[in-house]
Amino acid sequence: MPDTSVMIRDTAKKLLDEKRVDLIIGFERGTLPLRSTPCFIRTSEEIERLIWNATCENNLARYLRGRKEKVGIVAKGCDTRSIISLIKEKQVAREQLFIIGVPCHGMIDRRKIEARFDGKEILEADEITEGLILKGNDFTEIVDKAAFLHNSCNTCSYRNPIIYDILIGDEVEENRGIDEYGEVKEFEAQSADRRWQSFTNEISKCIRCYACRNACPLCYCQECFVDSSQPQWIGKTTNLSDTSIFHIVRAFHTAGRCVDCGACDQACPMGIDIRKLTKKIERDVKELFHYQAGVNLEDVPPLAAFSLDDPQQFIR
Amino acid sequence: MQDEKVDGWEPKIIAFLCNWCSYAGADLAGVGRFQYPPNTRIIRVPCSSRISPLLILKSLQRGADGVLVSGCHPGDCHYLSGNYVARRKFAILNNLLEYLGIEKGRVHFAWVSAAEGKRFAELITEITEEVRALGPAKELVKKPD
Repeated sequence: MPDTSVMIRDTAKKLLDEKRVDLIIGFERGTLPLRSTPCFIRTSEEIERLIWNATCENNLARYLRGRKEKVGIVAKGCDTRSIISLIKEKQVAREQLFIIGVPCHGMIDRRKIEARFDGKEILEADEITEGLILKGNDFTEIVDKAAFLHNSCNTCSYRNPIIYDILIGDEVEENRGIDEYGEVKEFEAQSADRRWQSFTNEISKCIRCYACRNACPLCYCQECFVDSSQPQWIGKTTNLSDTSIFHIVRAFHTAGRCVDCGACDQACPMGIDIRKLTKKIERDVKELFHYQAGVNLEDVPPLAAFSLDDPQQFIR
Repeated sequence: MQDEKVDGWEPKIIAFLCNWCSYAGADLAGVGRFQYPPNTRIIRVPCSSRISPLLILKSLQRGADGVLVSGCHPGDCHYLSGNYVARRKFAILNNLLEYLGIEKGRVHFAWVSAAEGKRFAELITEITEEVRALGPAKELVKKPD
């Protein structure tokens, strides 16, 4: 089987040479082992920079908005779901895109690997079919990739791109029989006091860097409520009340739009479990309004629509 | 907290009422001389769909012990579908707040029409008692760092 990176490069080269796109958004090698970084390619000379491996975790849909040119984008399952959300919200036009779909086996969470190696620095990482070869100063070890996937990848049931213009390689088998909402249910099972306790415990780590917001492909308000000073909705310090409101409202703003790509979670430098909130909302939207974000281009987003018999037991 | 109750603590409730139904309902309660506790501060808004979660959360942060959002009954919205749209938002918000452990009974939603003056008085009485039973708001109250 030809290498996925090579196939992506060939496709990208062809697209640029034939002038079908002006820009390719993909991944290139990062400066550290186990890291890759988004890259933007405009000429076929640069094509060798493109790579594909299990560290291509960023959601590239983040970089689509506001572009005038035709864009070729390398997209995993979750990326295509975000693209669908953006198309529905009229932030990007389908015609403007050439989607290079890549089936995904899940992306590696380097923090889990770092934890496993107990702080020993990994100087080199090579990906092989069976796993990862990790090399440090005094060790070389082969680990199983599947044991170190992001939480969002573990519960993902859309590994294959949903919309694409070309599919690189073969479709992969979808996760089956996983309980997507296991963590939400666990959290729910606690008493209200405990829930508030653990929510605030988690949130108290927040340094208000807004990396979660900036990584999210769907957070694109011209002026975010946290930046607004007229009115100033919430204070800008790490006061627990302000931070709680920030997280509640940020999560609320993803209602009916979040595709659980895990970008916010991965971007958080403090390791806050942000998906606890978004996943809960995602489940509610599914149960109350029978909607799942980013799975097709037809369904109307739930907060842009209503039904006469929507649930209202909570209203007096 | 017990002390505060003893010290004559009274709940403070913010009610966001839609201009076309609930606010008129409150007006009718007054005109009809229906008695209800004076703990509620009414804020008139154009429509229940005007209410963003931020308004509710900010009220709780800045010292409200309870919040009520009330609009026209389904089908009666002055803007035809404002309350239907709001209903979906509120359903998600209500579930989220409960999930995070914010006490049930802090945030209330209701439909009150312009003809329901008596019902408005009863509703405010009920909500005031519920909030009183919960005691002063705790979770989201902003304390100085």
